[in-house]
Amino acid sequence: MNAGCVAHCTRCGAELFRSRTFHIDTVLALTLGSLMVFVIANAFPIVTLEMKGARNGSTLFGAIVTLCREGRPIISGLVSATTILFPLTELMIRLYLFIPLRQGRLPARFHFFARVMQTIRPWGMIEVFLLGVLVSLVKLSSTASILPGVALWAFAALTLLLAAILMFDPRHLWDLAEELAGSPA
Amino acid sequence: MMTAADQGLMVCRTCGALCRRVRSTLQTRCPRCFGAARFRKRDSIGRTWAFLIAALILYIPANVLPVTETRTVFGAQQDTIMSGVVLFWTTGSPFIAAVVFAASVMIPIVKGIALALLTITAQRRSRWRPQQRAKLYRLIERIGRWSMLDVFVVAIVVALVHIRSIATIYAGPGAAAFGAVVVLTMLASKSFDPRLIWDPVETSHDFGKSR
Repeated sequence: MNAGCVAHCTRCGAELFRSRTFHIDTVLALTLGSLMVFVIANAFPIVTLEMKGARNGSTLFGAIVTLCREGRPIISGLVSATTILFPLTELMIRLYLFIPLRQGRLPARFHFFARVMQTIRPWGMIEVFLLGVLVSLVKLSSTASILPGVALWAFAALTLLLAAILMFDPRHLWDLAEELAGSPA
Repeated sequence: MMTAADQGLMVCRTCGALCRRVRSTLQTRCPRCFGAARFRKRDSIGRTWAFLIAALILYIPANVLPVTETRTVFGAQQDTIMSGVVLFWTTGSPFIAAVVFAASVMIPIVKGIALALLTITAQRRSRWRPQQRAKLYRLIERIGRWSMLDVFVVAIVVALVHIRSIATIYAGPGAAAFGAVVVLTMLASKSFDPRLIWDPVETSHDFGKSR
């Protein structure tokens, strides 16, 4: 198959295979970039609210802590898992797998980590969170003045970076590992 | 049409390797990733129903109980998901109202009905429009996650509007129920095996009943 080609099932039309359009360096660079932006997105307040002279800004982590303190552990857990825990774990595993693979080594427990990465992938919801922030801004803008923070832009950048990473089919990872192991299927 | 299953072959859902079935079993170890490779997902229909029914039960408190409670000097006000949408509509943000309505009201209902339809037709081994049903499944797999929108809105609003003596917003019990509905419908669609749609089309095998 030529680079950039896509195979579809002749019966149901589902995408079966997309040939490797990404170089491993590209994916690794995108992953490193995402991790840096992820740190920025979590270190700074997303928005600051100003209401009658009083100011209140919040980071993502601050929001999670507030929910937990108010006795809403379920929402707090849900938000922290989908916006911090799962995306961060996925990026860390990617880094752990790609750095040795790029050097031509198979990382220890490759099978386990590759499978975990694929399992948690649909549960990271940074892009939905970004839309949630935008909706909240509109909601609050009628009653208070809103100052967008650095983290808001960081989340926007992170959404784009993660979308670019998602174009890399994880099945190529297994192909790469197989080539390295040199064992016939 | 000749299928791989007829030849005793299947694709591993984790790594994409082609696996050969070992004689009579429907399950084998994938030679590449060592994960379990199955012809069809285990107990697909039963699990899909279980998650779907649980989601349906929680859908009631998710819509009846308040998702936020606003306390200001003028008094307290409780909002459900629907009243939040109405508020956007009446305060002059029809576009945002439409986005929130689509994500928190339409997607869960459409997804629930579509999954129920897919599961019933798969269970009855229907041959009705398999291609459209396959497309429907891929669609609901893609849109389901966006329902989480309202949960995130609640989290941000609660964190920001926390100015003592002026206004404070608290999260209501409805938000947790709604979050649970979204997670359950996602689990339901992950439990459903779209290959079951095609089994009745090829009459030679029946993986739906056996494991």
